[in-house]
Amino acid sequence: MTDTVAQICTLLAPFNSNGTVLSASTDISSDLNIDSVTVMDFVMEVEDHFDIEIPLNILSETRTVADLARVVEARRKKE
Amino acid sequence: MDLLEKHRGIAERHARMLAMGVNAVGVTNEQMISPTRAIIDGRETILAGTNNYMGITFDADCIAAGKQALEDFGTGTTGSRIANGSFALHTQLEREFAQFLNRKHCIVFTTGYQANLGMMSGLAGPRDTIYLDADSHSSIYDGCTLSGAKLVRFRHNDAADLDKRLTRGEGEEGGKLVVLEGIYSMLGDRAPLSDFIEVKKKHGFQLLVDEAHSFGVLGDHGRGLADEAGLEDDIDFVVGTFSKSVGAIGGFGAGNHPLFEYLRYAMRPYMFTASSSPASVATSLAAIRKLAAEPQRRQRLRENSARLFDGFRALGLDMGCGQVSPVIAVKCPDEPSTIAMWNALLKSGVYVNIALPPGTPNKLCLLRCSVSAAHSDADIDRIIELFGSVVAQGHGKQAVNA
Repeated sequence: MTDTVAQICTLLAPFNSNGTVLSASTDISSDLNIDSVTVMDFVMEVEDHFDIEIPLNILSETRTVADLARVVEARRKKE
Repeated sequence: MDLLEKHRGIAERHARMLAMGVNAVGVTNEQMISPTRAIIDGRETILAGTNNYMGITFDADCIAAGKQALEDFGTGTTGSRIANGSFALHTQLEREFAQFLNRKHCIVFTTGYQANLGMMSGLAGPRDTIYLDADSHSSIYDGCTLSGAKLVRFRHNDAADLDKRLTRGEGEEGGKLVVLEGIYSMLGDRAPLSDFIEVKKKHGFQLLVDEAHSFGVLGDHGRGLADEAGLEDDIDFVVGTFSKSVGAIGGFGAGNHPLFEYLRYAMRPYMFTASSSPASVATSLAAIRKLAAEPQRRQRLRENSARLFDGFRALGLDMGCGQVSPVIAVKCPDEPSTIAMWNALLKSGVYVNIALPPGTPNKLCLLRCSVSAAHSDADIDRIIELFGSVVAQGHGKQAVNA
């Protein structure tokens, strides 16, 4: 587990109400059974934790923790 | 794979509600008696969940204007204003709305939903960024998606959070549009406009306020939150609807920008849909004249809202907003108890809205009331009495004590 994936899993824990084991391959919406608004709330936490901007537009292509980690790493490099 | 299979979850959630003997999304008003009364399931029911803030839907002058328009202009427009041309009524409505709003330009849309779709997509394009409040109405989200702009969501009513996000996006090309609402539809809370305008002075963006629930309701002129706050000069664009205080159907966008009129040729939700029906336009015109001439409607709404708010507070209910508003939402513990309480209220003769996630902020389950100027004191007292017996003595109280 990369450091970014680990940090995202920590941020995701409060949204994990069904006790899913979190890993890079976790599908954020369907595995955790959370709705679109909750996914956006979670992404806001990720934005603030890493102090980056994650536009809503890219969420439709961001399903798993690994997908999100790639977005975070790309955006941190840009800053 | 079957296309509709993805909606299996919705079907199961719906089935769980039906199993409780309730269909909260299938209410039929068998007969409308007045702005605040309908026959539902054969029973006369007080309507406290219809956003009929001014109680104007049965106004005799509005009805007469609608009938006259049907006679003079027919039942429908059969197409877009771009293709078929406008009816004189459409341009008259835009002129009078612009006057009422004290704006140079006003464009009307067929529905309020389309007004937001049109304005967001007309103002912002793929090179621009829209900053939207987390609790924005779905029509704002959908309009933002249609625009192709970069979308950044900020924490609800948090100007400092917007400031932070604007700072992150500094140096990027393209325009910036910030979208707020006058009164938020679920909890009834208002945007802290002056805080946001401070951020506007610092960063320089264009600001749009959706006054859907505050138009007709707030301000000395009934123009909404910006009117009430005395900050209209700092708002670039206003959006609103005819389906609430105006009692018809349709929406508007307004502003003073010299290029505003050209949005007509850039907004697909304006260009590629039929224009409002003559009767709807005519009743909107009659209603706006009433709203201008009868400020006592706003006063009455304020009194009714305060009466319901104070009554709920005395019951110890946990409300969505600490300020008196015509939208008064009561927080409930969970989905099954909210459905059960909603049903008990309806069976006792009061219709309110049931609001559940993801349609609500912070996963709240709400029983949402909207107050009307046409409610009598007795109506309000009956609503309080029933919330007392159904909600305060039932599960709702547990949420307060939890």
